[in-house]
Amino acid sequence: MKDALSAPLGIYLCTGCGIHDAFNVEELLESICKAFPAATCRTHPALCSEQGLHVIREDVRQNGLDKIVIGACSPRIHADRFAADPKTIVERVNLREQVAWCQPPDTDDTRMLAVDLMKMGIVRLLKTEAPVAYIPDNVSDTILVVGGGITGITAALEAARADQRIILVEKEASPGGWMKQLYKQIPFLQPYCSPVASVIQKKIRELEAEPLVTILTSAVIEEISGQPGDFSVAIRQDGSLKTYRAGAVVMATGWKPYDPLNLGYLGYGRFRGVITQLDLEKCAAQDHWDQLFPKKPLHGVLFIQCAGSRDPRHLPYCSSYCCATTLKQTTYLREKYPDLPIYVIYKDLRTPGHLEQFYQHVQQDDLLFLTRGDVTAVTENGDLITVWADRTLFGEPVALDVDLVVLATGMVPTDSSELNLSYRLGKGLPDLKYDFPDSHFICFPYETRRTGIYAAGACRAPMDSASCMEDAGGAVLKAIQCIESVKRGEAVHPRSGDCSWPELYMQRCTDCKRCTEECPFGAYDETPKGTPLPHPTRCRRCGICLGACPERIINFSDFSIDNVSAMIKSVSIPDEFEEKYRILAFVCENDAYPVFDRTGQNRLQYDPSIRIIPVRCIGSVNRIWITDALSMGFDGILLLGCKPGEDYQCHFIQGSELAQKRAENFMEALQTMMLEPERIRMEFIEITDCEKIPYLIRDYVETIKRIGPNPFKGI
Amino acid sequence: MRTKPLLIIGGGISGITAAVEAAEAGMEVILVEKQPYLGGRVSRLNRYFPKLCPPQCGLEINYRRIRNNMRIHILISSCVEEITGIKGNFSVKIRKSAQYVNDLCTACGECVPVCPVERPDELFYGTRRTKAIYIPDEITFPFRYTIDGEVCLKDNCSECLKICKYQAINLDARPEIFTREISAVILATGWRPYDARLIPELGFGTGDRIVTNVQLEKLDVRNLFKSVRPEGSYPVIAFAQCAGSRDRNHLPYCSGVCCGTTLKQALMIREQVPESRMRIFYIDLRVQGRNEDVLTRVQADPNIELVKGKVAGATIQHPGGLVEVETEDILSNRKIRITADMLVLATGMVPEQLGLEQVRTLNNGYIDASSLPDGFFAVGNAVHPADVSTSVKEATAAVLRGLQVVRLADRR
Repeated sequence: MKDALSAPLGIYLCTGCGIHDAFNVEELLESICKAFPAATCRTHPALCSEQGLHVIREDVRQNGLDKIVIGACSPRIHADRFAADPKTIVERVNLREQVAWCQPPDTDDTRMLAVDLMKMGIVRLLKTEAPVAYIPDNVSDTILVVGGGITGITAALEAARADQRIILVEKEASPGGWMKQLYKQIPFLQPYCSPVASVIQKKIRELEAEPLVTILTSAVIEEISGQPGDFSVAIRQDGSLKTYRAGAVVMATGWKPYDPLNLGYLGYGRFRGVITQLDLEKCAAQDHWDQLFPKKPLHGVLFIQCAGSRDPRHLPYCSSYCCATTLKQTTYLREKYPDLPIYVIYKDLRTPGHLEQFYQHVQQDDLLFLTRGDVTAVTENGDLITVWADRTLFGEPVALDVDLVVLATGMVPTDSSELNLSYRLGKGLPDLKYDFPDSHFICFPYETRRTGIYAAGACRAPMDSASCMEDAGGAVLKAIQCIESVKRGEAVHPRSGDCSWPELYMQRCTDCKRCTEECPFGAYDETPKGTPLPHPTRCRRCGICLGACPERIINFSDFSIDNVSAMIKSVSIPDEFEEKYRILAFVCENDAYPVFDRTGQNRLQYDPSIRIIPVRCIGSVNRIWITDALSMGFDGILLLGCKPGEDYQCHFIQGSELAQKRAENFMEALQTMMLEPERIRMEFIEITDCEKIPYLIRDYVETIKRIGPNPFKGI
Repeated sequence: MRTKPLLIIGGGISGITAAVEAAEAGMEVILVEKQPYLGGRVSRLNRYFPKLCPPQCGLEINYRRIRNNMRIHILISSCVEEITGIKGNFSVKIRKSAQYVNDLCTACGECVPVCPVERPDELFYGTRRTKAIYIPDEITFPFRYTIDGEVCLKDNCSECLKICKYQAINLDARPEIFTREISAVILATGWRPYDARLIPELGFGTGDRIVTNVQLEKLDVRNLFKSVRPEGSYPVIAFAQCAGSRDRNHLPYCSGVCCGTTLKQALMIREQVPESRMRIFYIDLRVQGRNEDVLTRVQADPNIELVKGKVAGATIQHPGGLVEVETEDILSNRKIRITADMLVLATGMVPEQLGLEQVRTLNNGYIDASSLPDGFFAVGNAVHPADVSTSVKEATAAVLRGLQVVRLADRR
């Protein structure tokens, strides 16, 4: 390895945007350049201007600078301008937002903060190497689509139109899924007036004619191993086992109806005339109405919406498709039985968007009675069934005698362990709530916790067939994108484009399994001996394993135990008689770091004793940094991360939760060092919380002042 | 570069998503946004439902993905004037309005105190004012100031020009018109709120105690209720759902997001003003899928009452006074009159119009997707009312259609 100090280094300080008003930049440069041998040291009134960038570019060219430090604005600003030459590694030190704009001008404290931040930036850079991308050999372009329902078929067809090879695995004897059993589809195109013919048969024909798709029916996945770009898929079909390669996976395993046997209170399984929407659909598709209505004359049909849905005892969520399905089915009945009274009892009738047109159209039926209501009982009355309901639009509680009761039951996602992942952390996609795959389902709905495996359709979230078709397209794009990123050696969301990856110094590994257990993305398997087996293309580069490793053997080329330790050790700790405290803050760079920038932008001032180290995720903080900082004499340590829990905001899903757990271990470190528990504090902040920053820091500094300086100071 | 870039019109959450997803799949992208900043409507939201998390959290990640990706070319303050050609081989004429502030701006903010002109801030739906030179918000992208050319005094003032140390201001800037070759087009033109003044019976505009749901997103409710009520009493906030929605005289469709928005806002107000009481008047509460969670939370809150019934009218008692709300409770079949400290009108979404020859709209203003020429794809609120996750999903799917065009062109 090249001696870090011999790499030609350039140091540039900007005096613009009020930086020079806050402290003497020339003096800062002088003192920094004394401490660090640099090939060039310069100040400039506006480094981001064309002239400023020209100066840097010329120096890089003439002096062959490998590494440059730019002390100016936040690295979140003008990133493209300062990313000069791809061969030069750039470290940005935030002297504007996090010094000049949040500290009083011309004080010792402000100067010390600027010096420390510069030193931290430089030592970090000296211990940073340009990442060498990890690219597996012979990356597979094939997409494995699991499930041959409407989502899987659409996924395969859309992928084929993008010139991608597909293997489609369906466990039944032929593709088509639930859609094959439908008489008609909910309208999904203008004018949204009446149900439309199902698209499934057409799609199946197109699928069978598509040369890029290999269809495997009556097939199950025995095992998926490997990693994005290089999955190995063992598929059992007709008793024989064959292995295929794939670059990425679209999981489209669909849904199953909520078990109506749990709905005995609505008469299901007790009375013959109580069926589900699916039963009715089958009768309509096969024109077997006589099965439903053996006796004439008919009194009526009643639909009970949310049968087991929006109900904490059954499915707490709304399945989204049942309201429109019922409306659709009322038209089947009307087509067949012009004089039949039809009742629908709902909690709320949900037909958002253009489906409202369908609702309005169906409402024109004079013998269709739609009412809100709470079904209180379902009883038998001879050949008829009586449905009792309260709080209806009819005012009084009602009892309706009907021949048939149709239960609108919800969707339950299939068990993702069908994927049979050979991952150490389980066979399926981890879920958080209601058995749907865990993701940031508002902003980044496709990102599951297994890189390269994208869920689509009703196994991802409850949705109707039209939404499933749309969903398939998105998941395929993500799958292609993942394969392309692997070919470029880049990470996928959220650190898209990052070419660094965790490298393990295996000689020192003790097989403690912390990395394999704590990676939220299951990037580590284990060898038969129990040693971690990393799969770099599964990795999202959060550094949570780096934070976990007690032996400190996991490092990235630009984020390592060593370079963060060096940052900590570069801070000058005033001695105990100076009455100046030093707080080290590990700050999540996704949300908490921008909060500090915003605090500066609003010119809100905060205590100058804080020294910020941005980290990839608050879960990437290693215990050694805590002990390093405490033995160095830091008086307190703040850990600032994103919100954990059910509504977590951590971009790496579990980072803040793990950090919280580890903070308890850090407390042990405190005890061993005979230090007070207050010396470590963890706070969760949101990206909009800039007004809280000054108070949060002041409160912590007050706490530290109360317990006094760290006794290790100066030892 | 072999293949032509994908054009994305609109830099809201749909357009941003399409841009990053396409670029990370290896495509070149041109993103055209008419405002001087990205983020569109979501950047004007306080929280998302059902998680009650800030939209800026996801936006920041997306902006970082944009910053780090050289394949994305952003054109702010720009409009598409014309598109000619066929799939795989379009030519687009773009008009970029005068860039009074260029990309040399460091966002130092020195120009703001010297600017003598004020304007209502559209990001806050007019509830706040900014100077004529302003920065849209704190995580805005691109991160630089902008000048509202409509109100700026230009050469008659020039104060900003004089104080700027970075040659970032050019008050003589002129609009530019240029063309680019592109392969396919994603229309992500988004929505605007329905104009509440068109529903006169709901009293919008008669006093500042009747606000719309979008305005409420940016209001500081804590301060709003501080001085109004005597000690020991509590503020009452009424929400009128379907204000102009599901209504033949206004918007015949359901916007699909207003129920979730109201439920979220009710929870947020409760958090900020714990003693407040709320009554939500609705026809149906439509929060599909996992969004049901936000309704479950509201149902558990004793201070929030859900009443099935539509608000018929609202009047301000006297200037600066409370709101008299006239409504009904369908389930007990009675008319109700309540006095509220604030009435929130849950207005729906209206699609923004684009005005391209190839793009036909339906009577309701949405793009008729089935009539689009090959190589044109419309997503999110351009085609139907859509929430964030639906927009994101459709934007991602549209990128695949764009990729199909590009790869087909490659194969030829």
